[in-house]
Amino acid sequence: MNVTRILTGKKEEKLFLLGNEAAVRGALEGGVSFVSTYPGTPSSEIGDVFSKLAKKAGIYFEYSTNEKVAVEVSAAAAAAGLRSFVFMKHVGLNVAADSFMSTAYLGTKGGMVILTADDPSMYSSQNEQDNRIYARIAGVPLLEPADPQEVKDLMKFGFKLSEQIHLPVLMRTTTRVSHMRGVVHLNDIVSPKGKGFFEKAPSKYVPVPANAVRMRKELSDKLAEAEKIADSSEVNKVYDFGNEFGIITSGGAFNYVIDVVKENNIPAKILKLTFTYPFPQHLVKEFLSTVKDVLIVEEVEPVMEKEVLAIIGKYQIPVNVYGKLTDTLPRIYEYSPDIIKEGIRKISAHTVNKRRYLKADITLPVRPPILCAGCPHRATYFAVKDAVKKLKLKDVIFPTDIGCYTLGIQPPYEMADYLLSMGSSIGAGTGFSHATDQKIVSFIGDSTFFHAGLPALVNAVHNKANLLIVVMDNRTTAMTGRQPSPSEPVNGMGETAPEISIENSAKGIGVEFVKTVDPYNLAKAREVFEEALGYDGVSVVISKHPCALITDAERKKKNIWMTFTINQSKCTKCMVCVKEWTCPAFYIEEDGTVHIDPLICDGCGVCVQVCPEKAIEVRK
Amino acid sequence: MKTYKIHLAGVGGQGTIKASSIVGEAAMKKGINVVMSELHGMAQRGGVVITEIKIGDAHSPVIENGDADLIIGFEPAEVLRSIKKASGKTFVIMNSARIVPFTVSLGMSTYLDNPSLIKEAIKKFSHLYIIDAEKLARKAGNIMSLNMVLLGSAVAVPGFPLGREEIIQSMKESLPEKTIEINLKAFDLGFERIKNM
Ligand code: SF4
Ligand code: SF4
Repeated sequence: MNVTRILTGKKEEKLFLLGNEAAVRGALEGGVSFVSTYPGTPSSEIGDVFSKLAKKAGIYFEYSTNEKVAVEVSAAAAAAGLRSFVFMKHVGLNVAADSFMSTAYLGTKGGMVILTADDPSMYSSQNEQDNRIYARIAGVPLLEPADPQEVKDLMKFGFKLSEQIHLPVLMRTTTRVSHMRGVVHLNDIVSPKGKGFFEKAPSKYVPVPANAVRMRKELSDKLAEAEKIADSSEVNKVYDFGNEFGIITSGGAFNYVIDVVKENNIPAKILKLTFTYPFPQHLVKEFLSTVKDVLIVEEVEPVMEKEVLAIIGKYQIPVNVYGKLTDTLPRIYEYSPDIIKEGIRKISAHTVNKRRYLKADITLPVRPPILCAGCPHRATYFAVKDAVKKLKLKDVIFPTDIGCYTLGIQPPYEMADYLLSMGSSIGAGTGFSHATDQKIVSFIGDSTFFHAGLPALVNAVHNKANLLIVVMDNRTTAMTGRQPSPSEPVNGMGETAPEISIENSAKGIGVEFVKTVDPYNLAKAREVFEEALGYDGVSVVISKHPCALITDAERKKKNIWMTFTINQSKCTKCMVCVKEWTCPAFYIEEDGTVHIDPLICDGCGVCVQVCPEKAIEVRK
Repeated sequence: MKTYKIHLAGVGGQGTIKASSIVGEAAMKKGINVVMSELHGMAQRGGVVITEIKIGDAHSPVIENGDADLIIGFEPAEVLRSIKKASGKTFVIMNSARIVPFTVSLGMSTYLDNPSLIKEAIKKFSHLYIIDAEKLARKAGNIMSLNMVLLGSAVAVPGFPLGREEIIQSMKESLPEKTIEINLKAFDLGFERIKNM
């Protein structure tokens, strides 16, 4: 399917959409005018699609420098009366949290939907925090879609709800919902509004204490109204297959529940909650009065389970509650059909057969993600490692950051020692520099540098830290699928845009040692790193070379493809290329000879500099 | 119709997701419900890629252990890694061409040779088709058409719920025009290979 179909598809047509693609169509059907994000898996494809369609759809779309800024631009657009949509991965909401909290106090005029894509089991994240809890801290309504169709429909529902109660609405997906494809029935697209108009009302929009005190009360009134809506909303549904026991579930977990219940003919009654905060107390109370036992199935924290227990306590309802707190279901990680089956087996008298499955008797090789063939990060790590070795430095600490380059953790480089979050390499590096006498080399990507590295760099300079910061500028936000970063001359709408120079930024902040190197030139890069390591104070080296996926695409377009090969008569099998350089194109034959796989080699040619025997040559 | 469940396992860059979406779109066009899950690591190439498809009445795209009707393995070690999705009834297609992960050259893990992998697969799976999809893709004209070789072979497996023409139509709608000829040839080679087994 061509992604433009997400825009051009007509009412009553069906498309086979990813949850993330369905979010775009839903926003368009909901009359969205303004969209912002910072890319993060599992939400990234939403931005990829907007980036392609925004211009044609007549809406504004931007990749903001970070999630906090993304929330701010969209909140302002909503205050000006436009429908706005901002989305991010779960930990992005931590970055945005300060402004996100205030959006609840200020409220909105135009509908505003904030989507958080959570990542149970951490397929591509540092934690599996459950952002449904954020809805409760901030005091904003929460929607939990289960599949792409619901993602689409709830976007529209979310905008309406937001305008009805003048609050932003949080939509929470999980990886399995964002990265699930399903049949989606389309509706008409509502044209965007163009420009809005901001009517000044400082008492509404400036939460100085005197206003904030009043806003607090207004927020609680709005939430009371929202609870009434949740209680009678048609998005919360009962699926009645019998009354042996009840199940309350939400989001992607519902999919496992309904499949297991239907396939095994389990006589259970399911309450699928979709509008889950404010928690629909009366609806749930009524449901509980019809069952004796209830199983709560949710990912990942026992959020609804505690809500249910509170209702039972408050109204003294004689129901047994099973879930995470009773160890009927696991406390951590994502669920699966097998887990749900096991949980149901524990409480149901109905026989649920265990399925037999096969097991292998051999051990399989691990296949972790690795830096691509031709990746400039490999060259940077190689050069820095070489410089450290040359200078005979011991116990160097390598704070790292979030991007493809975090893979520097793998052998043989092992140059990732400490990581908290986006941008943390510089702050942590500063801390280590004051707390120890060790040498510090912090690694950070270009996009991450702008995201949260800048304030930390100011801090490092002002507080007189002593560290080398290597900005690995590969001209893109590579890991999430190559979205533009502020250091590139193009923005999210595909327009030319001012490039923000990392070099000038560092100089402007007051870094005196700022140099740019091309890591593909290993010797030159090593020299500069050596020099920087000898510098006392904050030094910044920008290691600049485009992501291999960019250069590959360019070379393919221009039809200039070359690969390298090993001249077997010169190769002494020293294994430097295999064991120290570790480009994935190298492999060892059973007879011990070393080769380059022409299908993997991207022709970067850097290995030529690594081979001590000069055995690597262009393949003719 | 009973829900038909397909598990695809491969390595980043092999076109697993594309092959899966073609099946999904074909099912949708036929008016059958379909759900699919994609699990892949980050942008870098070379990691494990898993997709699962359920055609028929299903909400969750995740297949229970032992419940796959068909496993399409793009790489032998990945087929065996997915073994718990299979039971004695599962049909399995296994591309015999190995992709040795880099951890092996680094001495961090070991990879059995082809004969031992194939022996293990034969020992375990009751309905196994072994095919050298890489060779057939080359024969079709481009190694990149490997995913279509495997898709063709899947369509020839007994019980596959979608017809040859339905899949071909879906391929035509979702593959770039200039690659369609090679891809169709690849599809046919895969299809014939299984039909003649
Ligand atoms: S995607 Fe780009 S930055 Fe990431 S590992 Fe591959 S080449 Fe390196
Ligand atoms: S030229 Fe060398 S380092 Fe570059 S991709 Fe090919 S084998 Fe790897």
